[in-house]
Amino acid sequence: MTTAAAPLTPGGGRTLRSALRRFAESAVTPLELDDVLDVFHPLRAGAELRGRIVQVLPETAESATIVLKPGRDWTGHVPGQYVRVGVDVEGVRLWRTYSLTHGPRADGCISITVKAIPGGVVSNHLVHRARKGQMLQLAQPEGEFVLPQPLPRKLLLVTGGSGITPVIGMLRNLHSKATAPATDIVLVHVNASESAAIFRGELRALHASGRISLVERFDDTHGVLDVALLAELVPDLDERLTYACGPAGLLDALEQHHADRGLELTTERFRPVVVTPADGEGGGTVTLTGATGGGTELELDATTPILDAAEQAGVLMPSGCRMGICMACVLPMREGAVRDLRNGALTVAVPGETGPQGVPIQTCISAAAGACSIDH
Amino acid sequence: MATITRKPENPTAHLTPEDIEQIGIELDAIRQDVIDSRGESDAAYIRRIVNIQRRLELASRATLLVSVFPPAWVAGTVGLSVAKILENMEIGHNVMHGQWDWMRDPKIHSTTWEWDNASTAEGWKHSHNEVHHTYTNIVGKDNDLGYGIMRVDEDQRWHPMYLGQPLWNFINACFFEYGIAAYDLELGKNLSVPKEKRSETFKRNAKNTLRKIRKQATKDYVVNPALALPTGSFLPTLAANFTANLVRNLWSHSVIMCGHFPEGVETFEKKSIPENETRGEWYVRQMLGSANISGSKLMHLMTGNLSHQIEHHLFPDLPSNRYAEVAPKVKALFEKYGLNYHEAPLPQQVASAWHKVVRLSLPNGWLETTTPANAPQQLALLWTMATGDRRTRRAAQARLEQLARRQRTEVAAAA
Repeated sequence: MTTAAAPLTPGGGRTLRSALRRFAESAVTPLELDDVLDVFHPLRAGAELRGRIVQVLPETAESATIVLKPGRDWTGHVPGQYVRVGVDVEGVRLWRTYSLTHGPRADGCISITVKAIPGGVVSNHLVHRARKGQMLQLAQPEGEFVLPQPLPRKLLLVTGGSGITPVIGMLRNLHSKATAPATDIVLVHVNASESAAIFRGELRALHASGRISLVERFDDTHGVLDVALLAELVPDLDERLTYACGPAGLLDALEQHHADRGLELTTERFRPVVVTPADGEGGGTVTLTGATGGGTELELDATTPILDAAEQAGVLMPSGCRMGICMACVLPMREGAVRDLRNGALTVAVPGETGPQGVPIQTCISAAAGACSIDH
Repeated sequence: MATITRKPENPTAHLTPEDIEQIGIELDAIRQDVIDSRGESDAAYIRRIVNIQRRLELASRATLLVSVFPPAWVAGTVGLSVAKILENMEIGHNVMHGQWDWMRDPKIHSTTWEWDNASTAEGWKHSHNEVHHTYTNIVGKDNDLGYGIMRVDEDQRWHPMYLGQPLWNFINACFFEYGIAAYDLELGKNLSVPKEKRSETFKRNAKNTLRKIRKQATKDYVVNPALALPTGSFLPTLAANFTANLVRNLWSHSVIMCGHFPEGVETFEKKSIPENETRGEWYVRQMLGSANISGSKLMHLMTGNLSHQIEHHLFPDLPSNRYAEVAPKVKALFEKYGLNYHEAPLPQQVASAWHKVVRLSLPNGWLETTTPANAPQQLALLWTMATGDRRTRRAAQARLEQLARRQRTEVAAAA
């Protein structure tokens, strides 16, 4: 009898693993194995991506750096990239995007630096209430705002306010290496006031050691920066490749300025999408984007439930009690704002800020409060 | 109990339409208070309960791996029973109601939750959230009233088959999860349709339910016992899982019976419900159609806060941990409008519900007119009614009612 041992194919191990997994799932159904493992090891490989806060470092009165130990599946990032973070604020999971403020670190941790903006629910929570040990949801790093390789000979970085956050990640990474980079770097760092300037100590230290040339501008002492004066601040402006991150006003002006001079510019804009809910009177256009809705557009007033309108337009909609108690009509809103007809409460979905799957809304008691797109 | 509109004294007769709308406004305000203050501590509560439940279930199942030792069997079985009850009552039922949807956590959300029960989350959400909670206690529309197999109201004509209903009810209690699954599928109604004419929806749901039942049974009766094989604990583990399911079934059945069955809870006639029932009218129906269980915090937890059935029916989407705090406000509202807040300890409510099941298994008036002295004649009468044709039954029923009326007048005269 000649029986050759079956060769161990690359897929062999996986098949055994998936068989074991199926067996384990059959022992814990209706839970998934991951639900059980999450109880013990939420940062393991294969888990939904999360991060545990290991340190909260105040930067200024209104900003803080949050150092996170990411889950094992974190793919790593390039300085300048950002990460979407899901934070439970007052029990509600809200998603925001923050720049990663360290290059890859030896301890495997990542960090974000958050500036509390007035009225900012998540930023204020992270700056003032985040504590060591808390868990945040993470997505994998994203973003094109990274330095070119090889590095140019001369670089100009322009940042406004929290626009420094992707740039500090680049600088830390460049200067953590044994050999300092040959690139000549000028950083124009614009802030409302000196006390509001994040990382000013670290940046001044880099300047003092000659690693960068720091040009600080404070609105309260120097007045708001006029980009036309940039050539005065940076005389060899035309020789430099420019990277800029900051408020829209600054970036718009800079784009115009660089275009006029025929210079190359790479920018990073925070909050590309702004959803402004309509006031109490206004409705909006509701677009049903999924396979069933097929792109149906509905013009709605502020008092008609989305469910009723969609059905009148001939769309097959999931529905139930029609009074807001049974949750049979819940659909994900990808973008836009709706108003709860029972109490006027607004629910807003901003792509990139609210969960990856959108915000589930009850269509039977929700009216449009501005344009919104619903996946159905 | 006859439906509310057929009673000599309608308990809502003293309410004007304006009163009813005012009740709606006041209840909306109570709801809004909770929504406005809902937050971090509530989220922490449900996450903690989920965490405790999962650890308890895993620990119990681990203990059962050596359940050949009696102490391990007892500890594992008790733990598993409690874990299953928590999963179904305080977690599953409430999560599927969307009580925690506001957290926007996809792991604890009505659209993603699946529970440790024979019925599918989808089927349950339809029959329970949608039908039962919307048409609560409307005879003929709310199948929770007797689950389509029992006589739950005097107005339903008595038939000899109802004599068996205490037994059905007990069997249903023991295998409640399967009862619910069958009921979610409207199995009785659908099976009476010829096979080729059954709806696609039914066929799909039936398939999903069978798959769910198979997975559930494989877990409890095959995989977990098999894991215990090395210690020779296959059969003890199997028995433990069966016991835990039985305990969970009996417990959840009892709690659910207490919600709408006890004597004094109102039922409603289909035709008495206006086409466009206002929010106030809907609220009043929920107020009168539900009953609470009084008791300790542990009791509230183990009933999934269905001990606050009235509050739950008024606000099915508020987090269950907040019912206790709104209960006094709701109770005050009942008092203000002269309505009966039906509340009693568990044994009393269970007894009352069972009393109703037994009473209605018999012809109207039979139980109240029977005394030890006339028992033989009454039994003979019952025998006649059970074996006779419809005309005999009608005549005997008339006699019974006459007897009941006479007794009532005598009692009144004696008083």
